[in-house]
Amino acid sequence: MDSVQKVNVTINGIAVSVPKNYTVQLAAKEAGVDIPTLCYLKGVNEIAACRVCVVEADVNGVPMRNLPASCVLQVQEGMNVRTNTARVRKAVRQNVELILANHNRECLTCKRSGTCELQKLCRELGIDDVPYKGATRKAVIDDLSYSIIRDSSKCILCGRCISTCRDVQGIGVLDFTKRGFNTEVAPAFDYSMRDVNCIYCGQCIHACPVAALREKSYIDQVWEAIQDPDKFVVVQTAPAVRASLGEEFGLPVGTPVTGKMMAALRRIGFDKVFDTNFSADLTIMEEGTELLNRLNTGGTLPMITSCSPGWIRYCEMNYPDFLDNLSTCKSPQQMFGAVLKTYYAKKANIDPKKIVSVSVMPCTSKKTEAARPEMQVDGLRDVDISLTTRELGDMIKQARIDFLNLPDEGPDSILGEYSGAGVIFGATGGVMEAALRTVADILTGEDLKDIEYKAVRGLEGVKEASVTLPVNGTPTEVKVAVAHGTANAAKVLDAIRAGKANYHFIEVMACPGGCVHGGGQSHVSAKARLDVEPKRNRAQALYSEDERQVLRKSHDNPDIKKLYEDFLKGPNSELAHKLLHTHYHKREVYLPQE
Amino acid sequence: MNNSINELNQLKANAVKNLEATEGRRIVVGMATCGISAGAKLVLDTLKKQVAAAGLDNVQVMPTGCIGMCIYEPIVEVFEHDEEKVTYIHMDPDRVSRVVSEHLVKGKPVVEYTIGEDENGKLKSLNDLQFYKKQKRIVLQNCGLINPEDINDYIAVNGYQALAKSVTTMTPQDVINLMKASGLRGRGGAGFPTGLKWSFAAANEADQKYFICNADEGDPGAFMDRSVLEGDPHSVLEAMAIGGYAIGASKGFIYVRAEYPVAVERLKIAIKQAKDMGFIGKNIFGSGFDFDIEIRLGAGAFVCGEETALIASIEGKRGMSRNKPPFPANKGLWGKPTIINNVETLANIPKIILNGPEWFKSMGTEKSPGTKVFALGGKINNTGLVEVPMGITLREVIYDIGQDCLNGKQFKAVQTGGPSGGCLPQKYLDAPIDFDNLVAIGFMMGSGGMIVMDEDNCMVDIARFFLDFTVDESCGKCTPCREGTKRMLEILDKITQGNGTIEDLTILEDLAENIKNTSLCALGQTAPNPVLSTMKHFRDEYVAHVVDKRCPTGKCKALLSYFITDACTGCTACARKCPAKAITGTVKEQHHIDQDKCIKCGVCMDTCRFNAIIKK
Amino acid sequence: MQNDCGCNCDRANDERYAELKAYIDSVKGSEGITMTVLQEAQRIFGYLPLEVQKFISENIGVPIAELYGIATFYSQFAIKPRGKHHVGVCLGTACYVRGAQKVMDKVVEELGVGVGETTQDGLFTLDATRCLGCCGLAPVIMIDDTVYGKLDDVSVISAILNKYRE
Ligand SMILES: Cc1cc2nc3c(=O)[nH]c(=O)nc-3n(C[C@H](O)[C@H](O)[C@H](O)COP(=O)(O)O)c2cc1C
Ligand code: SF4
Ligand code: SF4
Ligand code: SF4
Ligand code: SF4
Ligand code: SF4
Ligand code: SF4
Ligand code: SF4
Ligand code: SF4
Ligand code: FES
Ligand code: FES
Ligand code: FES
Ligand code: FES
Repeated sequence: MDSVQKVNVTINGIAVSVPKNYTVQLAAKEAGVDIPTLCYLKGVNEIAACRVCVVEADVNGVPMRNLPASCVLQVQEGMNVRTNTARVRKAVRQNVELILANHNRECLTCKRSGTCELQKLCRELGIDDVPYKGATRKAVIDDLSYSIIRDSSKCILCGRCISTCRDVQGIGVLDFTKRGFNTEVAPAFDYSMRDVNCIYCGQCIHACPVAALREKSYIDQVWEAIQDPDKFVVVQTAPAVRASLGEEFGLPVGTPVTGKMMAALRRIGFDKVFDTNFSADLTIMEEGTELLNRLNTGGTLPMITSCSPGWIRYCEMNYPDFLDNLSTCKSPQQMFGAVLKTYYAKKANIDPKKIVSVSVMPCTSKKTEAARPEMQVDGLRDVDISLTTRELGDMIKQARIDFLNLPDEGPDSILGEYSGAGVIFGATGGVMEAALRTVADILTGEDLKDIEYKAVRGLEGVKEASVTLPVNGTPTEVKVAVAHGTANAAKVLDAIRAGKANYHFIEVMACPGGCVHGGGQSHVSAKARLDVEPKRNRAQALYSEDERQVLRKSHDNPDIKKLYEDFLKGPNSELAHKLLHTHYHKREVYLPQE
Repeated sequence: MNNSINELNQLKANAVKNLEATEGRRIVVGMATCGISAGAKLVLDTLKKQVAAAGLDNVQVMPTGCIGMCIYEPIVEVFEHDEEKVTYIHMDPDRVSRVVSEHLVKGKPVVEYTIGEDENGKLKSLNDLQFYKKQKRIVLQNCGLINPEDINDYIAVNGYQALAKSVTTMTPQDVINLMKASGLRGRGGAGFPTGLKWSFAAANEADQKYFICNADEGDPGAFMDRSVLEGDPHSVLEAMAIGGYAIGASKGFIYVRAEYPVAVERLKIAIKQAKDMGFIGKNIFGSGFDFDIEIRLGAGAFVCGEETALIASIEGKRGMSRNKPPFPANKGLWGKPTIINNVETLANIPKIILNGPEWFKSMGTEKSPGTKVFALGGKINNTGLVEVPMGITLREVIYDIGQDCLNGKQFKAVQTGGPSGGCLPQKYLDAPIDFDNLVAIGFMMGSGGMIVMDEDNCMVDIARFFLDFTVDESCGKCTPCREGTKRMLEILDKITQGNGTIEDLTILEDLAENIKNTSLCALGQTAPNPVLSTMKHFRDEYVAHVVDKRCPTGKCKALLSYFITDACTGCTACARKCPAKAITGTVKEQHHIDQDKCIKCGVCMDTCRFNAIIKK
Repeated sequence: MQNDCGCNCDRANDERYAELKAYIDSVKGSEGITMTVLQEAQRIFGYLPLEVQKFISENIGVPIAELYGIATFYSQFAIKPRGKHHVGVCLGTACYVRGAQKVMDKVVEELGVGVGETTQDGLFTLDATRCLGCCGLAPVIMIDDTVYGKLDDVSVISAILNKYRE
């Protein structure tokens, strides 16, 4: 049954029949014709601002006025589109030249060289000169935050970041300001990203076609530490990193590269190569126990996960009334660091002061999390430097490692062993599923075989499930919810505030899709995103790794067991609290400044 | 309160008596912004006080809207039943005193304050002036006649009869058919047929539709809509309700620029009165039709006159245009079908409903029936507001109505259509003005600003002026308009600075072409027009700037120099006044200007009593 | 004393905030109130400083960046305090062709500030305005609500301004 109404159109003489709601842009794709775009980000930013996608068109022989923008122009029966006439070519070229005339063209030294959509377009159009000289936008380079650099000299005012932050994330840190030639994209009052309601999720970085928004890089500090013979440099890599790192080397989106990643890290020169998956398992132990306690003792419910720093910051700023609902657990990144500088240092007999704790994360918010004052134990920072997947890709390239031909290697002991539960942390619903695997076992006292909680998987914005488990001896329906993307989290919290929803446990990930689509992951261009959904592909990579694991439950991880036996003396113990738990506070932004 | 038609007619009968001053006299003071700024408020207050002091019980003093002849403001008109009105001009409190004591008390008009007597010794009224003779007042019919703050005055001149007729005797489709038959086209600039536009929104099923009056009037140098709002606000409200009925909208918005405080105030009063009388609100004339009107203020952005930007602004956002389609008639305010009409378009509608489409079509041209109001300004003797039948020639407007350029200077061009329009040169003076004709010769009607330029105006400078405006007012959303117009402006700056090259002219044309072709909204699509039209019709001026490095009018400061001729008597006056200390010379000897020091302020030239200083 | 929001604006005792809050409460729930709230705030405070925008953001749930975007889009909103008197030089077409630039140059010279700026003494803020609808009197300037027309002779401007200096 074909319920979609189709219309017939011609693109450059090629006839295609496409659904009625298609744009000319999409119809052209069906016809195998590529039309350039810059501002268009499917489903997110369809504001037709850049005018590089213009075409000539007529409908049943009646020419359309001017050159319409194909990214928003709906197809009509009898529409005839030409994308390759002299008039169109000249117009597209001139609009790109106009953008370039107001752009800090320093590709050679630019972070986005190679992944930049504007640069690519220039080459494709064969632009070899910019015929206009004149005023340029005031260059504001804001690098005060730990996570994000905003560089207005590279901004092309496409609005993709604005739509992403405002509409997808429901936050609205950035907006157009001023107007006309003076238009900028910035926070209010030109405040630094450091001092505003930004959660550093980096979704805007993904949206940005150029280098106007980029992560703050700490690669040099890592190289320095590695070079320093007095330092013991240890690296952990988050679950989602392995699902994206390959993209930095041209592999298809969502190709798992765990083994090569480990090998590369060793070759870069880290003294130990560990895995955040280990501390993901540890998080489940702590968080699961906390949940059980709250269930058993009538503690604050629903309990909400705390492993996403973007989400934590969001909650601290927008939902301070829910701070008691947050699990007190530090995130896996921080737990790892805390264990590294205590337990591991002791075991390996290394002065913890000499340890440099480096993390590789899919995340830009982790950089800010690592710098939170409370994220330390006895004066030692849990994590000293937090890098993104992209930065690791850059380091591998800088080290001139032939990544694609590396052998597969495994992590070092004793902070490298992990279960399948730890792996799926990187996808939305993963933490919930991992927690349920452990909590259900504990409550039932059995080693349950049915461990795939498919209801919490997938890209639905808010997912709900319930499991009946014995709590205090009585079978209780434990209701859970999973939200990814802060806009979805807000929906859940608003429903709770309004008394319209009721849960025991909620997983929130700040990024849509969870960490697999974190702000530090590899760039996927707007064009490529028409064909692939990075969130789905990368999550798939994690779920298949989970399936391949022998151990799939956190509490089965032998190294975790050992850690509790030898050191922590059980989940939620006093020491565990000191090292692995934290607290939150209401956060004010846009404070007055001179 | 719900009025029936009978009640409306009763109200009218009473109001007519009042308006026709069946007893005593009725005095009106032109109290539109133009009049107020010339001092009309003080005149009105003084009049009221003195009339009261003189115990003149049967003299009514009231404000009225724009009378249209700015040069004579403040204007006071005295109406006497069955007699010609007497028009006093350039009034002030002193003059008021004399008018009260001599005319009102003793019955002897003060001739020297009027516009004079004709050859038969009869007092001339404004209507006798050439300025009015060529005009045909439909839209402005009530401006300068009724008190805009009194709904009874409006009722007296058939106010709200058209609404009553529409909602009680016609179906919405009848109204649309009538509008279509009248051939009325939008006066906001584009000239789109109003009836057809309404039919699109009417055809859309929706739980909510909106009817918006576009009173943003952003063209620099245009004030037609302001005058209608200030002089006859009810006509706009009535038309909105008729439009709402036709398309099935129950809610209307008037988007009016905040720079028009008087208009806003009068609209507020009018809405309140119309609500109190039941002409707006629930179950209008017992027809079951509900219609509510709310005012929304602009905040200083020209682009908000563009439909989609206006909608964004009412929605409470930055006034950035969005791509069309979808058109507002399908997806407008909050995604609902929405019709937007211009003030002047609306002001025509009640009259069309009452008098019928044939009456309307009897004026103007076949494709552009009716009249058009122009704000005539610039280097012309009679500046003001004129309403003329479509098809009149520019020559008639400029020479007969406008009475030629100021100070006997030579006419050079007339600018129509504001920043989206162009400069018409001498050779088009005999072109009849209507929508299609102007388009045919490469211009556009625009909203009605008509600015006359004379030999002293540099057309390159004028093009630069308009571009400066669009650069400033571009919403900044799309590349060609945001970046392209700025580059054009920079080139024009360069040319007026004397640094232009002949290649710059080609780049200008290239950019203009692209901006027209690819801009998202009509602001960008029309922004290059002033440049293109001046380049086409005054190319020699451009060439003079770039090739000869000379500004033929001497307006472009960078391109001119001041010199002292041998007519200099050596009086030293200029040297003492020159702010740059650029003039040297010994007393009683010819002075000399150091060109490197001179900042071209022109002070010396103004100073010299011997006309010894020239610029070239 | 610091507020919840971290600033020191003394919201609690400033009746202007109460007035704004009352207005917000009166329109809350209807659509598209952002502009009207900003207009009301500008009327009450004279301009829209950070604290006021924060207050509005908290009360109507619109991100502050969006408010700022609106406030900087429309020329009538000010984010810096304005002078006691507002001097608007009309640069509409009718005024321009009749010498408004000379008028502007003269006003700039007299006030010693550029367009959009406020004099050191806080007395005047200078703006270029669009057509004020008094083209018949062109070129014109408007000081607060008073229009001064027919300024062909720019030398009278200094006397006009001096009236406001007393
Ligand atoms: C940049 C721009 C500014 C405009 N300004 C106005 C305006 O101030 N007033 C107006 O009525 N129409 C203005 N228009 C035209 C309107 O968008 C719209 O066409 C008109 O209000 C429709 O009403 P009408 O059909 O009655 O003419 C403007 C258009 C553009 C592109
Ligand atoms: S953002 Fe792109 S075009 Fe701009 S300098 Fe960087 S790589 Fe080059
Ligand atoms: S192609 Fe460009 S980057 Fe490469 S060497 Fe030549 S100039 Fe340099
Ligand atoms: S990092 Fe996230 S919160 Fe911050 S501006 Fe970007 S999208 Fe918005
Ligand atoms: S920062 Fe990037 S995404 Fe945002 S508007 Fe500028 S170029 Fe576009
Ligand atoms: S969801 Fe993951 S990537 Fe995104 S902010 Fe949270 S931890 Fe970082
Ligand atoms: S043409 Fe100009 S005003 Fe219109 S959308 Fe583009 S930038 Fe904005
Ligand atoms: S134009 Fe001005 S600066 Fe030049 S000489 Fe005359 S007074 Fe002096
Ligand atoms: S004012 Fe005239 S006459 Fe006197 S010195 Fe100057 S140029 Fe000569
Ligand atoms: S306008 Fe279509 S991609 Fe930007
Ligand atoms: S008399 Fe009203 S506009 Fe001049
Ligand atoms: S361009 Fe200015 S007068 Fe010539
Ligand atoms: S152009 Fe200055 S008042 Fe109209």
